[in-house]
Amino acid sequence: MKKNFQHLISTAVPLPIENIDTDQIIPARFLKATTREGFGENLFRDWRFDAHNQPKPDFVLNNPLYKGEILVAGKNFGCGSSREHAAWSLGDYGFKAVVSSFFADIFKNNALNNFILPIQVSDAFLQKIFKAIEADAQARLEVDLQAQFIKIVATGEQEGFDINPYKKACLINGYDDIDYLLSLRSNIEAYEVSREFNF
Amino acid sequence: MGKTLVDKIWDAHVVVSKPGFPDAVYINTHFIHEVTSPQAFDGLRKRGIPVFRPQKTRATADHNVPTIDQHLPIKEALSRHQVEMLTKNTTEFGVELYGLGHPYQGIVHVIGPELGITLPGMTIVCGDSHTSTHGAFGAIAFGIGTSEVEQVLATQCILQYRPKRMKIEINGQLKKGVVSKDIILYVISKISASGATGYFVEFCGEAIRSLSMEARMTICNMSIEMGARGGLIAPDETTFSYLQGREFAPKGADWDKALAYWKTLQSDADAVFDTTLTFDAADIEPMITYGTNPGMGMGVTQHIPALEQLEAQERPSFKKSLDYMALEPGSALLGKKVDYVFIGSCTNSRIEDLRMVADFVKGKHKASGVVVWIVPGSKQVEAQAKKEGIDKIFEEAGFHLREPGCSACLGMNEDKVPAGMYCISTSNRNFEGRQGPNARTLLASPLTAAAAAITGKVMDVREMV
Ligand code: SF4
Repeated sequence: MKKNFQHLISTAVPLPIENIDTDQIIPARFLKATTREGFGENLFRDWRFDAHNQPKPDFVLNNPLYKGEILVAGKNFGCGSSREHAAWSLGDYGFKAVVSSFFADIFKNNALNNFILPIQVSDAFLQKIFKAIEADAQARLEVDLQAQFIKIVATGEQEGFDINPYKKACLINGYDDIDYLLSLRSNIEAYEVSREFNF
Repeated sequence: MGKTLVDKIWDAHVVVSKPGFPDAVYINTHFIHEVTSPQAFDGLRKRGIPVFRPQKTRATADHNVPTIDQHLPIKEALSRHQVEMLTKNTTEFGVELYGLGHPYQGIVHVIGPELGITLPGMTIVCGDSHTSTHGAFGAIAFGIGTSEVEQVLATQCILQYRPKRMKIEINGQLKKGVVSKDIILYVISKISASGATGYFVEFCGEAIRSLSMEARMTICNMSIEMGARGGLIAPDETTFSYLQGREFAPKGADWDKALAYWKTLQSDADAVFDTTLTFDAADIEPMITYGTNPGMGMGVTQHIPALEQLEAQERPSFKKSLDYMALEPGSALLGKKVDYVFIGSCTNSRIEDLRMVADFVKGKHKASGVVVWIVPGSKQVEAQAKKEGIDKIFEEAGFHLREPGCSACLGMNEDKVPAGMYCISTSNRNFEGRQGPNARTLLASPLTAAAAAITGKVMDVREMV
């Protein structure tokens, strides 16, 4: 499942809720699969569907006006459980980037490890994006990973974002951490010999 | 300039550090369970590589398992499949498994410490955010995702950037009826569910020093709930005497050598932290949460904030959360009727927790209409409770000691709180739907939960002890 990420222009799905935890992204009862596929169906399950599995019309993913490969969410996105299933379900549903003013640590790593770009912007810029989408559901965002900026296409307003250079290179080239770690094998073995304690 | 404890342990485990790259950090102990490991083993198969150091990974089945009749096959097909996959994967790759029926089986963060697998100075990871629990021993312990589980299986290393350091000092002494769970719920309520994101937190101060190992584990366990990568507490005599003689702890000359090393594991007096916070234990009341993240907590006698007390921008999320809980801004929780009481989870399912509950309920009987689930953290905790007659005390009080697992902490097995019901829970997360679709969770200490079991209400336990 090698992928990569470079550049993206897309409409976006707004979810202006703070502290969206991974239990909301994918509830625990849907973590029973033993492969990485198929989690998109249950993305935001309890917000998307009622107890009888009927779509809730007021939830944004059920609103045909909003589509796109970018999710825009309130601050502290992805807190809670370390379940990578959260990243898998976002990716499986079709999201390639998530924009928020703050991300929980483990989620950020999990997203990057699945070639989903977490884009942390200022609170002010996040509000601008929400406004732009509110004004026009078809408003497009442009994400340029190489140049590290996100732009509201209609207005031209843009903001830079941070990403560590190693992860940036991985995303652009489609490398993963295991490829890198496996290349360090002799260092790892030397380290093991050098340690007096096993801990 | 002196070093913090986190830096000392980190530096001792860096295999490769290159500018522009995350550090490759060696992992001493890796725990796995049935939910977050199958895709990692699959990854190894696809790459055609073995587990690099199989003896450094230990497995248990906990998230999915039933808490009654564990000797019978698991009824639910998907859960059964996950548990079977764990057996298959660990057998194929040569990893030790404490599965159902094994005397060491239990919640992964309960069994590591009680078996003496978790030791000071270690680096410990697990595909589970509450791996922070193990930090109570003076270890760097943190939760990872499944891709990272695969990295550790493949190389015994993980790629990580060095975290920032935060010191949280709790001075003074706790008041009667206030326990370690209240300390951590209090701190999270003060700094919010994201207040420590990016940091490793060292807990210190008199109130922390005077806690038992199990009480310290409760604190480190929930450090993730304020966003921290992990929490840790420098080891001391309490740590050493807890560990001595445990199954996998070093013995004889190895113990002496290890002990000498462990005694060096403290932050230097002139170590610099990126942030320091100080609290007074005497200010802490028994705590309870009212919202849908662990930062939404308060002293049990206090009122939920009114909307006017919040920034305009925070109000919609706050309102949404209280609507879910069917609670009014500005109202009190004291005296509120509860339907379920859950005593368990890696936060509060150890023998001291069960003893605390047993002492409280002894000679009392549960309120009618309240369902009480008491789930021990491990087979060993269960056996010890039975040895001490704690199960009998529970039975006389009208409840039943179940079998070990995560249970209603995340409701992956059949222990789910029904929609709309209120559950006082000793677990660590009150997220929407965490204990079952539309279940409403109030997080509290084992004492406050026990008081609710007896009275059917949210009580100020200080008036009952
Ligand atoms: S008890 Fe709850 S928090 Fe702890 S490991 Fe199990 S599911 Fe996670």
